[in-house]
Amino acid sequence: MAEISQGGGKKDSKVRSKKTSTKIDMTPMVDLAFLLLTFFVMTTTLNKPQTMEINMPEEVKEGDIPPPVNEKKVLTIILGDDDKVYWYIGMTDPIVEVTNFSDEGIRKILLKKNAEIDKMVVLIKATDESRYKNMVDILDEMNITNMKRYVLVDITPVDKELIKESNL
Amino acid sequence: MGKVKVHRASTSIDMTPMVDLAFLLVTFFMLTATATPDEPVTVDMPTSVSEIPIPDINVLTISVGKDGKVYFNMDGKYNREALLGKIGERYNIQFTEEETKVFSVLSSTGIPIGQLKQFLSMEREDRSAINQPGIPCDSVNNELKDWIIFSRMTNPKLRIAVKGDSEANYPVIKTVIKTLIDNKVFRFNLITNMEKGV
Repeated sequence: MAEISQGGGKKDSKVRSKKTSTKIDMTPMVDLAFLLLTFFVMTTTLNKPQTMEINMPEEVKEGDIPPPVNEKKVLTIILGDDDKVYWYIGMTDPIVEVTNFSDEGIRKILLKKNAEIDKMVVLIKATDESRYKNMVDILDEMNITNMKRYVLVDITPVDKELIKESNL
Repeated sequence: MGKVKVHRASTSIDMTPMVDLAFLLVTFFMLTATATPDEPVTVDMPTSVSEIPIPDINVLTISVGKDGKVYFNMDGKYNREALLGKIGERYNIQFTEEETKVFSVLSSTGIPIGQLKQFLSMEREDRSAINQPGIPCDSVNNELKDWIIFSRMTNPKLRIAVKGDSEANYPVIKTVIKTLIDNKVFRFNLITNMEKGV
């Protein structure tokens, strides 16, 4: 220990060099190390946000003729308020039905219709009442059900009428 | 008769390997930890099953808050400096060196360009306290468009990511997407969280 040996007082006046132990007490250091370790472990967020890639079609230029599509092959999905999903097949006198985002909802319909209809085209129309979450959810469903042809388009007044009429 | 000697083991153990390991882990976590800059808005992202990680550099993030406010962010200190110069030129605003410096290290901003100079000359505390009005992106005054154009001019490798709140209304997202399409950005990313329970 750190003591200064005083000259007199003791009988043997031999100067003894005290051997200090080379071992140091590591406990405080370990405490600190683990404190830091805990802090960094807790604050590190491991789940980096994921991204979803989305491709939008180029705007239709004047004079462009869109390729004709058989209306019976078109599945229209309309995202309404309160997480409601309206869907119908075709264009003339469509039967509008309503479903939701659960596994038994839109996913089942997509899979079923995709099996029934060869080269099905899905049109996604989001109403102004829908939320961003609905859009991401439906795009996600497209990924899950492995849809090849889908596009996000603006809602038309006709579609709005259809929803109103269906009263679902 | 031999006496049975009880060998007393020392109670102090050698802590060196444990300390080695502890410091190794500390170093690892310290180096991997990225300081998250304080964002003016917390965005609660929707979940998806998509597993494409977001790139670390060359990202332009357009955040849409719950209330429909639009925020802009681009990474890269030097690119930001160049960007502010270009924006200043376009809007005839002279930014001082000090203001440029402040802007280069800023995170998301939702300040209309007209108020940007004043915002940048504020004290740090005042800046975080202010309620940012969001970047105008309607058809009359679309400043988001200019941000996108000039960002892509400063950094052509830029990837554009939209970070929207799940509760954000669709019309705002539609305006943002429309702005992107108008600027010939047809491919962009939507930032989402990992789906829970998958």
